[in-house]
Amino acid sequence: MAAAAPIWVHGELAPDGSLARISTEVATLARELGAAAKREVVGVIVGSDPTAAASELAGFLPRVLAVTEPQTADHAGATIVGERLAALIEREKPDFLFAGAGPEGRDVSGVVSALTGLGVLVNAVAVRWEDGPVVDMSVFGGKLTTTSRFTGERGIVTLRPNVVTAVPAQSAGTVEQVSVDGPLKLPLVKVVDRIEADDVAAPIEEARIIVAGGRGVGGPDGFGVVEELAQALGGAVGATRAAVDAGWIPYAQQIGQTGKIVKPALYLALGISGAIQHKVGMQTADTIVAVNRDPDAPIAEFADLFVVGDLFEVAPAILAALRARAG
Amino acid sequence: MRIVVLVKPVPDTASSGERLRPDDWRLDRAAVPAVVNANDEYALEAALKLTEAQGGEVVMVSMAPPSAPETMRKALAMGAASGTLVTDPALEGSDVVTTTRVLAAALKDIEYDLLFAGADTSDGGGGVVPAGVATLLGLPYLSYAAKIEPDEAARTVRVRRISPTGFDVLEAPMPALIVCTQALGEPRYPSLKGIMSARSKELTTIALGDVAGAEASAATTAVLAAIAPPPRAATRVIRAPADEAAQQVVAFLVERRIV
Repeated sequence: MAAAAPIWVHGELAPDGSLARISTEVATLARELGAAAKREVVGVIVGSDPTAAASELAGFLPRVLAVTEPQTADHAGATIVGERLAALIEREKPDFLFAGAGPEGRDVSGVVSALTGLGVLVNAVAVRWEDGPVVDMSVFGGKLTTTSRFTGERGIVTLRPNVVTAVPAQSAGTVEQVSVDGPLKLPLVKVVDRIEADDVAAPIEEARIIVAGGRGVGGPDGFGVVEELAQALGGAVGATRAAVDAGWIPYAQQIGQTGKIVKPALYLALGISGAIQHKVGMQTADTIVAVNRDPDAPIAEFADLFVVGDLFEVAPAILAALRARAG
Repeated sequence: MRIVVLVKPVPDTASSGERLRPDDWRLDRAAVPAVVNANDEYALEAALKLTEAQGGEVVMVSMAPPSAPETMRKALAMGAASGTLVTDPALEGSDVVTTTRVLAAALKDIEYDLLFAGADTSDGGGGVVPAGVATLLGLPYLSYAAKIEPDEAARTVRVRRISPTGFDVLEAPMPALIVCTQALGEPRYPSLKGIMSARSKELTTIALGDVAGAEASAATTAVLAAIAPPPRAATRVIRAPADEAAQQVVAFLVERRIV
């Protein structure tokens, strides 16, 4: 009997050409599933210069395919990556493709699904193997967890960040350059400029610790103490929609229904009431600590630790206590 | 300029009755009120602002259950000129593949300069359908837009795409599919006039058989179970002077091995 078809991992490139962190988590999960399923696990990276990221991914997987595709240098990448990946999938016939559930992984998965007809299980928060991937997904803003699987033998899974701890393989794998011939058929979208924002903060989706501010922070200056505390804890700064709408902090930091969904080890909420639209973005955090003047704020009902107090007194005191502890 | 916005009715996040029917694990739509998906409202708002400034109209398209027209009236009340709903019992519980194919097929019969979609849906949507629709229609795909600038004379559109380090400025010929985010700006509340006029606007419901080239293929994915996650442990409340409270917070973080 022929060996069962492999499991593939889409290796995502960070803007600097390194491997995106989510891909180390996806690769770790796929490697564990591959061991359970006795299937080969192969990483695939498509980019204008995939070499560095491919060798990083080979730190997690036994075999990595690198496809050099010059067009991604100055065109929107996901469509191109998806088209090349779909062609490789048609050629090599892996059964499953695992990707990240961030913007890039979603775009690539959508393109690959449309081109191959493969089904997609999205936003996985846990995956186990029972004759195929069995995928837990958090839906309706975390109010329900569903368990799903593919009806056939093949499919695509997108994995939420921070639900798997990335662990490198015991020995590094090999990188093979492969080529996919033929012109790209999907329309190219030119990148005419790349603008580096001055205020780019640490990405919140991947942060282990998030210190977030809401309406109670009171203004852009109020975020100073949020940022200081985030820095002291080695974490990222998050915010509610109210704080973003008020222009105190960029949209990229917004957590909640129309912002990002996060699952950090610690969520420290300062001046956040915990309205449902925010709660759905952070309620699966391992530990939630909240500081709020209002003892009846909704967040008091789902925080692990709730400090009734003024954030402008409590947050600096926490900062001082952390510094004292660090000596 | 004609902009088509893809709109999905979703359970109202603010309610708490979301449940899946245990016989088929499909959403029990009777248990919870439906609203227009929040990210789709940003897409609608962006489309309305553009057509108000440059002329033209906004039309919405949805694949939705029979109960959707009531929800969809809100989009018309915001200012969309008309809407098309693809409604069919065969589409109930559709997976990503069928949803993508049916939307793409329905859009083949509709004219537009730009096609807008929301970044994802609050019911648990994975944000993969728009890329698939663009792929099947052969449209340029511009995702995570924070700013949209069409140039009708040149038949091109520029989009600021949110990137991990700032923005990428993308440019593509029209028609194109653009994925919209909240960064485009707050959606308007329907005015009384808008609500009144929405009643007489055309909302066409079509069955799957009316969409050329569309069929409900066998689902590629199936739900096996749905459970409410275990409730969080009881909250510990601290009422103490700031310094003392801070000591307790840090002790708690140490206890949980966070610091």
